[in-house]
Amino acid sequence: MSSTSNKNILNTPPTGGERGTVIKADKLTKRFGDFTAVDQISFEVNKGEIFGFLGANGAGKTTAMRMLCGLSLPTSGTGRVAGFDVYKENEKIKRNIGYMSQKFSLYEDLTVKENIRFYAGIYGKSDKFIKDKTEFILKQLHMENEADKLVKALPLGWRQKLAFSVAIFHEPQIVFLDEPTGGVDPVTRREFWSMIYQAAESGITIFVTTHYMDEAEYCSRVSIMVDGRIDALDTPSQLKKSYQAKSMDEVFLKLARKAARSESNPTKTA
Amino acid sequence: MRTLKFLLQKEFRQIFRDSGILRIIFILPVIQLLILPWAADYEIKNIKLAVVDHDHSDYSRQLINKVTASGYFILTDYTSFYDDAMRQIEHDKADLILEIPMSFEKDLVKEDKAKLFLAVNAINGVKAGLGSAYLRSIIQDYNGEVRLNWIQFPRFNPETNIEVVSSNWFNPLMNYKFFMVPGILVLLLTMVGSNLTAINIVKEKEIGTIEQINVTPIKKYHFVLGKLIPFWALGLLVFSIGFTIAWLVYGIVPAGSLLTIYFFAAIYLLAVLGLGLLISTYANNQQQSMLISFFIMMVFVLLGGLYTSIDSMPGWAKIITKFNPVSYFIEVIRMVVLKGSGLSDIKYQLLTIFGFAVVLNSWAVINYRKRS
Repeated sequence: MSSTSNKNILNTPPTGGERGTVIKADKLTKRFGDFTAVDQISFEVNKGEIFGFLGANGAGKTTAMRMLCGLSLPTSGTGRVAGFDVYKENEKIKRNIGYMSQKFSLYEDLTVKENIRFYAGIYGKSDKFIKDKTEFILKQLHMENEADKLVKALPLGWRQKLAFSVAIFHEPQIVFLDEPTGGVDPVTRREFWSMIYQAAESGITIFVTTHYMDEAEYCSRVSIMVDGRIDALDTPSQLKKSYQAKSMDEVFLKLARKAARSESNPTKTA
Repeated sequence: MRTLKFLLQKEFRQIFRDSGILRIIFILPVIQLLILPWAADYEIKNIKLAVVDHDHSDYSRQLINKVTASGYFILTDYTSFYDDAMRQIEHDKADLILEIPMSFEKDLVKEDKAKLFLAVNAINGVKAGLGSAYLRSIIQDYNGEVRLNWIQFPRFNPETNIEVVSSNWFNPLMNYKFFMVPGILVLLLTMVGSNLTAINIVKEKEIGTIEQINVTPIKKYHFVLGKLIPFWALGLLVFSIGFTIAWLVYGIVPAGSLLTIYFFAAIYLLAVLGLGLLISTYANNQQQSMLISFFIMMVFVLLGGLYTSIDSMPGWAKIITKFNPVSYFIEVIRMVVLKGSGLSDIKYQLLTIFGFAVVLNSWAVINYRKRS
């Protein structure tokens, strides 16, 4: 299936913009010894946007994302997430964001319901809120019958959808998704993206990294990281225009080929 | 508080779903307490003795009879040549050589004195030391008998008639199980407390759930308490199982108050759990955590006063034992179980262990970072 036909089925990405900035990075840098993982990146993300964060393996996407989530202390530069400073107010940031890491992060030895309850609980949600919303989400995921099954018994695609639902359960302003669809089949990937669109429509800003270029086309705006720097940032159609490319795939290849430190050929296209 | 409730709920669910952990909790104390006290016995028996008898007299035979009748020695060789006996030692068939000289009987009767020669295989130091001490006391005894029964005394009796009789206070029968079982129980508690906690947290690091927790606004102390409380309860459970076995199998009933022991154990567990927590902040995976725990346990056991007496350690080693929480608990549990000591007798140890708990836990909390 081609990437353009995929896009037509989903709605046009929300543009955000008019409702203000929720993430602002200015020359944000992270060094590990003499290795500069993230090199002075500057960008802004608008409320309600789906912001695609692309780059080859090792380009620094995850490190950048971890700094914004308050998991990693920046070496220099400034950053604000949901109006809070990434250096001093990292615990306040955490109250306002959801995060889905590359590693599967639900407890496999707890049931679906127990996982939801646990994460919602530590965000301080009330029992009533948890109960009502759990029912709603299970229905939405068509997982009513799996509610009391251990998570390890679920197939990967289901787990990822569940993990996403858990990440936005506490209704954060922004959700950070680190390769949420890695290893997931195309059908489930489509379902996953329609969940992302729904979340964006409800006002949650989506910050997502991916290796799938068809997914890049679903984003409102896309940034492409090469060797720790952001080399391109625009809407997918604008990027294709300026790089004279037919698809995002081509744009990515043109940029990623310059990379000095990535693995031989890191493109993983669908 | 609500956050803590969710953390505890999750932790207990996971523990009771993990059949591996449950097995460790219930089977470990049973096996350790059923097997170790029988094997870890201080009494040295079956010392292999080679006798080199150059005299072949009645007296020499009487001496040998007395030695073998004591029950501590097995006569493995009886020969007239020292070299034969030496070969037995070289081949590890004998631990001790007793050499009786040619004129043993004659000297004893006529000169009123005789010399014996004792050679010891010191490869097993404890056996050698105790073996020669036993043999010495048997010979002493024999000497006394000979002088009393068979020798004509001079007018002024040179034989001293003072006999030393010792009685063993607090453990009158010198039952080693009374001594070992409480100590093994302490080791068990230490292992369960520090290892399980460390591995549990490091496992969360490995599977990545800890990052998901670090990205929530949860407080550090919530997370730490959420880990400490379940394993604290678990530790006390293991301890209770252990004490039940000690009572059922060995008939060990503390002379002092059980409450005193539990009070100390509760504080002690805080220190041990703090250690586990600290290990988990340094280790990145379960192997690392296991290795660190293993190393620490080794030092704890060997310098804890369970198998070797702290009093007989060199000065510098005694200083190290001061930093070993195990040594305090072993001391305390023996005091309470055997001597019936109360809270006021163990207040120094109690305060020290409380200090350990404060230091280890603070260190762990400071070292646990939600942000790298």
